Amino acid sequence: MNERTPVIDAVCHLILLVGAALVCLPIYFVFVTGSLSQAEIMQVPMSWLPGDQFLANMQTVLSSANFGRLLLNSFIIASGITIGKLAVSVIAAFAVTYFRFPFRMTAFWLIFMSLMLPIEVRIVPTYESAANVALPLNILGSWLGIQALVGLDWNLVNTYSGLILPLIASATATFLFRQFFLTIPDELCEAARIDGATPWQFFRLILLPLSRSNIVALAIILFLMGWNQYLWPLLLTTEPAMANAVIGLKKLMPQSDSLPTWHLLMNAAFLTMLPPTLVILVLQRWFVKGLVDSGK
Amino acid sequence: MPARNNTATLPGTAGGGSRLRWPFRRLLLKGAGDGQAESGLKRAHFKEWRLPFWLLAPQLFILLLFFFIPSIRALIQAFQLTDPFGATTQWVGFQNFERLFRSGVYWSSAQVTLIFTLAQNVLTLSVALLLAFASNHILRGRGAYRTVLLLPYAIAPAIAGIMLAFLFNPRVGPVAQMLQGLGLDWDPNRNSWHALALVVMAASWKHICYNYIFLVAALMSVPQSILESAYLDGAGPVQRFLRISLPMITPTLFFLIVINFVYGLFETFAIIDATTRGGPAGATSILVYKVYQDGFVTLDLGSSAAQSVVLMALALFLTFAQFRFVERRVNYSV
Repeated sequence: MNERTPVIDAVCHLILLVGAALVCLPIYFVFVTGSLSQAEIMQVPMSWLPGDQFLANMQTVLSSANFGRLLLNSFIIASGITIGKLAVSVIAAFAVTYFRFPFRMTAFWLIFMSLMLPIEVRIVPTYESAANVALPLNILGSWLGIQALVGLDWNLVNTYSGLILPLIASATATFLFRQFFLTIPDELCEAARIDGATPWQFFRLILLPLSRSNIVALAIILFLMGWNQYLWPLLLTTEPAMANAVIGLKKLMPQSDSLPTWHLLMNAAFLTMLPPTLVILVLQRWFVKGLVDSGK
Repeated sequence: MPARNNTATLPGTAGGGSRLRWPFRRLLLKGAGDGQAESGLKRAHFKEWRLPFWLLAPQLFILLLFFFIPSIRALIQAFQLTDPFGATTQWVGFQNFERLFRSGVYWSSAQVTLIFTLAQNVLTLSVALLLAFASNHILRGRGAYRTVLLLPYAIAPAIAGIMLAFLFNPRVGPVAQMLQGLGLDWDPNRNSWHALALVVMAASWKHICYNYIFLVAALMSVPQSILESAYLDGAGPVQRFLRISLPMITPTLFFLIVINFVYGLFETFAIIDATTRGGPAGATSILVYKVYQDGFVTLDLGSSAAQSVVLMALALFLTFAQFRFVERRVNYSV
C-alpha cells in the first residue's frame, strides 16, 4: 500500500504525543517534587522545574525513614519470588508433560485450580495460614487427640519466607512452561532417550536451554510483580523494618494534621520506582514477549 | 499481585487456530501432538513415578499450605460466627450471608465497585484503542512511543495512586490548582465523586499500557491482504480500522474487558488503600477493600469470610467468562 494521509498521520502523532505526555508528566512531577525543599512545595503555584534538594531529600529519606533497608527488602522479596516461582514451576511443568504416572491429571488439575482464585479474595485465611504454618497439623492433632501436634507453632509474620512463599503459590508460571513444553518437538526427547539420557539429563541439557528465552521473559514479569507487592506485605509485616518499599511509601504519606512532607514522599517514590522502570527500559524486548505469551 | 493468567498465547490472533482454547475441554484433553493417548502428555515421555513425584512435591506442598487450606477455610468460616477475640466459634448456616445481603453498606460498596470497574474499563480500553490505532498507523517513531507508553507497567499501583493523589491534592497539587483556577471546587477529600474520579484515573493510568500491548499485537496480526483489498476498494485508514481491524480483533477486546474487570475488582486494592482509604464516607470502598477492612480492622470475621466467598464466586465467573469469550471467536476467521 502506498497511501498518503498527511492529516491522519499528524493526528496520530498528536494522539501518541498526548498519551506519552500523560504517562510522563506524573513521573516528571514525582522527580520535581522530590527535588524541592519543604518551603518550595508550599508555594502556590508550585515550581514546574526541579530544585536542588534531591540528594538532601534522598539522604533524609534513607536515614530517617530507613528506606535503604526497605529497598533491600523489596529486592530480596522480588528476587525470592522470581527465583522460587521459576524453580518450582519449571520442574512441575516438566513432571506433568514428560512423565506418565498415576494421578498425573489429578496433580495437573490441583495446580490448574489455583489460577482461579487470586489472593485478594482469601486474605484472612491465607494470613492465618502464614501466621501459623503448622495450623493444619494443629487441627489434625485435635481430631486425633495427639497433643504434640496441637501445640506446634510456626509463625511466618515478619519473615522473608512469609512474604515470599504464599506469593509463589499460584500456577501461572507452571502453566506457561507446560504450554511451551507441549510445542517442543517429540523427536528431541526420542533422540535423547536413544542416546541413553536419563530424564534428569534430558531436562538439564535439552529442555532448560530451550526454555531460556521463556525463563528470562517470565523472570522480568515476576520480578516486577514481586517488587510492586502491596497487600501481602501490608498484612504480614507489623515490624516497620520488614516492610517493602511500597509499604514504606504509605507510611510517608502526609496526614492532614501534620506537616505535608510531600517532597520526602515523592523522593522515596522516585527511588522505589527507579529499579523496575530501569528493568523495563533495558529489557523491553523480552518483557513484551513475556507479557503477551503469559497473558499477564 | 498474584498474577492471574489466561491459558496461552495472545487471544484473537487471526489465523492462530491452535491457540487459546476452552481449558476444561479441549485444552486439557488435547495436547500438542495428535493421537495421544493421554491429554497434555508428550508422545515421547518417560514412564516413571518417583521422579515426577519429587518434581511436583514443592509446588503441590506450597499450594496446599497457602492456597487449598486457606480457600477451604474461607468457605468454612463463611458459615461460622467467631467473636473478635477468637474464643468461641459456632455454626450459623447462612446467617452471615443473610446479614451481608441485608446490609446497606455492602450494597453501596457493591454499587461503588460496579461504577468504579465500569468507568475504569471504558476509560482504559478506549484510550488504549486510540493509542493502538495511532501507533499502528504511523510508520516512524513506533518504538519510541511504545517504550514510553509501557512505563506504567513497571510502576506499582500504589505509587500510581500516590502520584495522582499528589497531582490532584487540593492544597499542593499542580493539576488541582489548575482545576481550581478554572473555577472548579476540586476536593477529593470531601467530594465523593471527585474521590471516585481520582481512583478511576489512577487505575486506568496504570492499566492502559497492558491493554495497549495486547491491542497492538492483535492489530499487527490482522491479515495484510484484507486491508490491502479494502484499500483498493477505496477505504481510508479510519474506515479500515472500524470496519475490518476492529471486528477482527473482537476476541482480544472481550479478553481485555474481562481482564479489566478482574483488575478493577481485585488488583486495585493498593490504589484505594494508598490514596482514599475507601473514603470519603465509603465513596471509594470497593468490595475487596471492604473484605480487608472487615477482616483486619473491624474484625467481623464471619462477614469478611462471607464476602470472600462472594468474591470467589465472582472470580470463578470471570475466569470462566475469560475462557468462554476467547473460545467463541467473535470474528470472521480467515
